[in-house]
Amino acid sequence: MTKTGILALQGDFREHARLVSSIGVAAVEVRTPAQLADVDRLVIPGGESTTIAKLALAGDLVRPIRDRARDGMPIFGTCAGMIVLAERVIDGDPLLALMDVTVRRNAYGRQAESFEADVDVDGIDHPVHGVFIRAPWIEDVGPEVRVLSSYEGRPVVLQQRNLLAASFHPELVGETALHEFFLSLPR
Amino acid sequence: MQRDTGTFTVKSGLAEMLKGGVIMDVTTAEQAKIAEDAGACAVMALERVPADIRRDGGVARMADATKVEEIQQAVSIPVMAKARIGHFVEAQILQSLGVDYIDESEVLTPADEEYHIDKWAFTVPFVCGARDLGEALRRIAEGAAMIRTKGEAGTGNVVEAVRHQRAMLRQIAEVTQLRPEQYVTKAKELGAPVDLVRIVAEQGKLPVVNFAAGGLATPADAALMMQLGVDGVFVGSGIYKSEDPAPRARAIVEATTHFDDPEILAKVSHGLGEPMQGLEIGSLETRLQDRGW
Repeated sequence: MTKTGILALQGDFREHARLVSSIGVAAVEVRTPAQLADVDRLVIPGGESTTIAKLALAGDLVRPIRDRARDGMPIFGTCAGMIVLAERVIDGDPLLALMDVTVRRNAYGRQAESFEADVDVDGIDHPVHGVFIRAPWIEDVGPEVRVLSSYEGRPVVLQQRNLLAASFHPELVGETALHEFFLSLPR
Repeated sequence: MQRDTGTFTVKSGLAEMLKGGVIMDVTTAEQAKIAEDAGACAVMALERVPADIRRDGGVARMADATKVEEIQQAVSIPVMAKARIGHFVEAQILQSLGVDYIDESEVLTPADEEYHIDKWAFTVPFVCGARDLGEALRRIAEGAAMIRTKGEAGTGNVVEAVRHQRAMLRQIAEVTQLRPEQYVTKAKELGAPVDLVRIVAEQGKLPVVNFAAGGLATPADAALMMQLGVDGVFVGSGIYKSEDPAPRARAIVEATTHFDDPEILAKVSHGLGEPMQGLEIGSLETRLQDRGW
């Protein structure tokens, strides 16, 4: 039985769970280390990265998520999820420090600058519709990181082996292509 | 490629990101920092917390622009701010300051007793209070991208927030039982547009995110509202009118995430000091929830 965990500390975790279920894969909410031990993939949703980080630390989830990731468990982070995966955060503290990228929070500006746009993603045969909400951008990437999509010269979808990250929210508009790709990553 | 800003998806999208979180009232940059450090997913800038507005009286208005900017500079989380009901110029000013959300709020003194703000005219999204489904759908029809219960702000008494959420749940359940030919009559009864009534009937929920607000004072209050089906909570006077704000703020954040885990709720409810004293609803001179329609 394969189960995809959705980190449900704060943010739009229900939208991710709905999307994963719509693809035909069981999705369960993860709030504790015991729940984490029971899943073989993890989605880290959009939300407020500082809030998610504090709750993950308070709930003793950081070490077990890092250990599972190094063990090969696939993780997909969107927006705040991308920030908590990053090794380096400008004007902030990294949380999981798993992906060899430098991320800048709220890089596109405040809510008035939030936007939606179509982006081309390597390996996906149609434009992917993304919603960028106070979105972060990537300042630089390490040699192990593949950039799967860029928007206006900034990487917005990245992969490093079992880790996938997007700076926007495919889950808000029912865009399943990136989740299908994530669910196809080997465990 | 084309970039679309200010769409309803973008406006409601930020509310989606706030779900499962706690939005805290703050009046200074220092309080905003305490809120962010406690794990608030956003702060609400205002001049006086509702308990002080209730105590001191006078006209309550939008916060001073300098205050709003100081709060914006102090934190990296979203900054919301309150405008008076119907005061679209306060809203224009807040949009120009770059706030992330505007609360068209009954906690401030209404500027218009007939009309709320035309929220479609703005790029910045709005949250509005509601006591029941009809009021929520009227605000959504005006362009609100997020709803909260009105509750009774500044009382530290959760009973009105519970009443409003119960009304919402009951009326949504009723609407989902209707046959299509009954939608127009129900819309007339609720005082809400029939298109929105149809959406609620089909989806079985409000078409936007719905938070609890108005009188929450303890971690248990936050978890109670979450178990009653809200998407997140606002806490105002309950934090800074308590004996020890920072630990209480942290505890309310944890209680909102772990709202259905009584063991964790018990753990975070220890040693928080005195909560704000609180008021009986029957003893109030002014019921803020009766502002707006």
